[in-house]
Amino acid sequence: MAVQELSIAITGAGGAGVISVGELLLRSWAAAGGRGLLRKAFGPQIRGGEAAALLKLCDHEQYTAAEGYDLLLAVDWNNFSRFGDEIVLKPRATVICQDSAGLPQGLLADQLRVIEIPIDELARSAHPGGRANMLALGMLAGLLGLERSPVRERAVARLAGKAEAYREAATACIDAGFEAAPAIELPTPRCVDSPGWYLSGNQGAGYGVLRAGVRFVAAYPITPASDALEYLAAPLEQLGGALVQAEDELAAINMVIGGAYGGVPSFTATSGPGLALMTESIGLAVASETPVTILNVMRGGPSTGIPTKSEQSDLNIALHGLHGDAPHLVLAPLSVADCVFTASWAVKLAQRLQTAAIILSDQFIGQSTAIVSRPREAAALPPLEAVAAGEDYLRYALTESGLSPLAAPGEADHRFTADGLEHNERGTPSASAADHQAQLDKRARKLELLDPGADWGEVIGDGSVGLLCFGSASAAVALAAQQLTEAGTSCRAISLRLLAPLPVAALAEALDGCERLFVVEHNHGGQLLRYLRGELALAGAVHGLALPGPVPLTARRIRHEIEEILSHE
Amino acid sequence: MNDAIVLKPRDYKSGVKPIWCPGCGHYSVLNAITKAAAAACLSRDDTVLVSGIGCSSRLPAYVDSYGFHGVHGRGLAVAQGLKVARPELTVIALGGDGDGFSIGGNHFMHACRRNIDLTYIAMDNEVYGMTKGQASPTTPLDWDRSKLTPHGPGVRPFKPAAVALAAGAPWIARGYSGNPNQIARLIAEAIAYPGFSFLHVLTQCITYCPEQTDWKSVVRELDDEPLGNADEAAARFFAEDGFQTGVLYRRESALAQPVASSPADPESVFADLQGAFQP
Repeated sequence: MAVQELSIAITGAGGAGVISVGELLLRSWAAAGGRGLLRKAFGPQIRGGEAAALLKLCDHEQYTAAEGYDLLLAVDWNNFSRFGDEIVLKPRATVICQDSAGLPQGLLADQLRVIEIPIDELARSAHPGGRANMLALGMLAGLLGLERSPVRERAVARLAGKAEAYREAATACIDAGFEAAPAIELPTPRCVDSPGWYLSGNQGAGYGVLRAGVRFVAAYPITPASDALEYLAAPLEQLGGALVQAEDELAAINMVIGGAYGGVPSFTATSGPGLALMTESIGLAVASETPVTILNVMRGGPSTGIPTKSEQSDLNIALHGLHGDAPHLVLAPLSVADCVFTASWAVKLAQRLQTAAIILSDQFIGQSTAIVSRPREAAALPPLEAVAAGEDYLRYALTESGLSPLAAPGEADHRFTADGLEHNERGTPSASAADHQAQLDKRARKLELLDPGADWGEVIGDGSVGLLCFGSASAAVALAAQQLTEAGTSCRAISLRLLAPLPVAALAEALDGCERLFVVEHNHGGQLLRYLRGELALAGAVHGLALPGPVPLTARRIRHEIEEILSHE
Repeated sequence: MNDAIVLKPRDYKSGVKPIWCPGCGHYSVLNAITKAAAAACLSRDDTVLVSGIGCSSRLPAYVDSYGFHGVHGRGLAVAQGLKVARPELTVIALGGDGDGFSIGGNHFMHACRRNIDLTYIAMDNEVYGMTKGQASPTTPLDWDRSKLTPHGPGVRPFKPAAVALAAGAPWIARGYSGNPNQIARLIAEAIAYPGFSFLHVLTQCITYCPEQTDWKSVVRELDDEPLGNADEAAARFFAEDGFQTGVLYRRESALAQPVASSPADPESVFADLQGAFQP
């Protein structure tokens, strides 16, 4: 029997290897032509805490976090209760565990199908070095009806650097797992597509910036952005570029500004606290008109907040965090796959507009792995006119487009000093009113004149009730709009990819005919709604749906809030 | 080198008039830089001066080369990023004692450790001049001329050479604004040195610290060869009065930040990356 989706939670103590199970299972599922998403949930502990691989296998690519789980495989019950908010089992869900006596309070055995399987014991008898996680992998793959050899191959490939005994143990446990799979029917989604790409949003963003020409990266490690940086290290070296691990985010952003001043497209990645440290120097990039791109993988804030969980609460700082009047770009990828496009587009726009671009990704799309159709990349922007040389070269020349000719060290007869001090057209520091006005106007103008074309965002449907969001909320909002429409409330879903400069004309057109608007965002303060109210007139009834983390946004949660509001009208 | 003709020191001046007070020690460093540049036949197109914020950090605008005047304390970070991204350039970072040792102190230590091939000139007048005379990390602890610290900063001054040594700097020298010819020689040697070269220059502030005119009676040139042994250098830097000038320490340096020499074909790199995305 085919279903639209099947959700599986695999839990265990940190270090038990459940994330590996999730990754290998999703890879094998992808190889069979399936679609799906793997969300990784961790506690803050490094080891010995808790980890969960949260899989959602589906027949389409609209990836939201699962609203409930059909199957829970608990390798052990260590700290399982800490996932209480995240792992909600569907009625009559299946639970596979070693010992049902350990079933935590809150899981009602009489409403579940509980199957006891001695996973540890089976793993040990399959091979002296056998591990429970590989046995669990075989068992789940068997339940999904996957072929055995592709699963074994992927597990063995993952252990390539280890001793032969590890690969033997894994193979033996996978085989034993297939044999031990309980004889239950597990309805699975269709696998009809050709194999897709298997990537996380952070990997996609890393790939996207490389495709757009980034060859210098400087950064300071921070959760949940570090894996984007780790992804970049090896290919940068192969491409003749470089990555520097900086002493802090203050150094990271300034190193990136240095590389960019040298004419090399440059990039850094961080998360909220790091972005806060960088803001002074992002202003320097704006003032000196040095193109830099910053990936901010948002997490729960403020302060250290909830580092391993997702939220969209850095919109304010990304839009308004710079001192002075400092126009810059802010973009937000709409999905795991869209991280490739949005990151490559951000780099190209930053290079073209000679300013800073902040990409607002988040832990949900950044650290989730998805199977996607080959992602698109941003197209090359049309070339600009050549730069005037010699005595006439004015780095900060006033132009109609707001774009001044940008030279890099090494170019003959274009010498200039880039400056964070206000300056005249040549770049010489100036506190004159006329120079300040002219340079402020110029830096604003180049952004105002940006025509983002169709890439500013996405609109689905044309109902009179609008659901408006940005970035990663897109999938849950689109699904909620679809479900509300099916239930009789005709909706449209609007997702912003470009947040600054705000595509006011395109947005107004997308909102035309909208009688009621819900602004949906994954934060507490309603940051998007407040921003929109300052930028354009929102007609009709407007409701803010600010839903904070740490639990990811789901269509159910959004629909519930909307239905609640509509029922009171 | 893009400049075909032989350039004189004045050819390296931009013509922008410095904001410095008459008698400021920073003029000596500006003149020494242009003199060293001419002596070393530096290409103006391939040289970049990078600075932070402060009186001394205004210097890049006064030199006819490429320049970057950034934010307070972060010049060394900009300079390192630039040098790693564009290793063929000659990169000189410079700034004052507040910029380099206070707000930028962490970058100073890590630049010493990282040992990227660039020159850092710290122009140390023991005072914040641009903000009108407050104590800096190198101000004597009883200097009571600032309204902000009327009893003196009360904190022992920072020893830049000792910190640089402890952090791993392989080349450490000191100059004095009263001897611009020596500074020019030191800058030329610093640029030629293959690694991170730290030049500490005592530059008197005539406005806020007129007592620094007495420096000329205590500053002396070191006759010896630079020390090459870190233990001996540490003993010297802890014991000295801070007025010895010359190359104080120099060791063999293995660059910590190698740059890729033979990049692979981008198409094959991207093919591999795409391959890694296959399930």
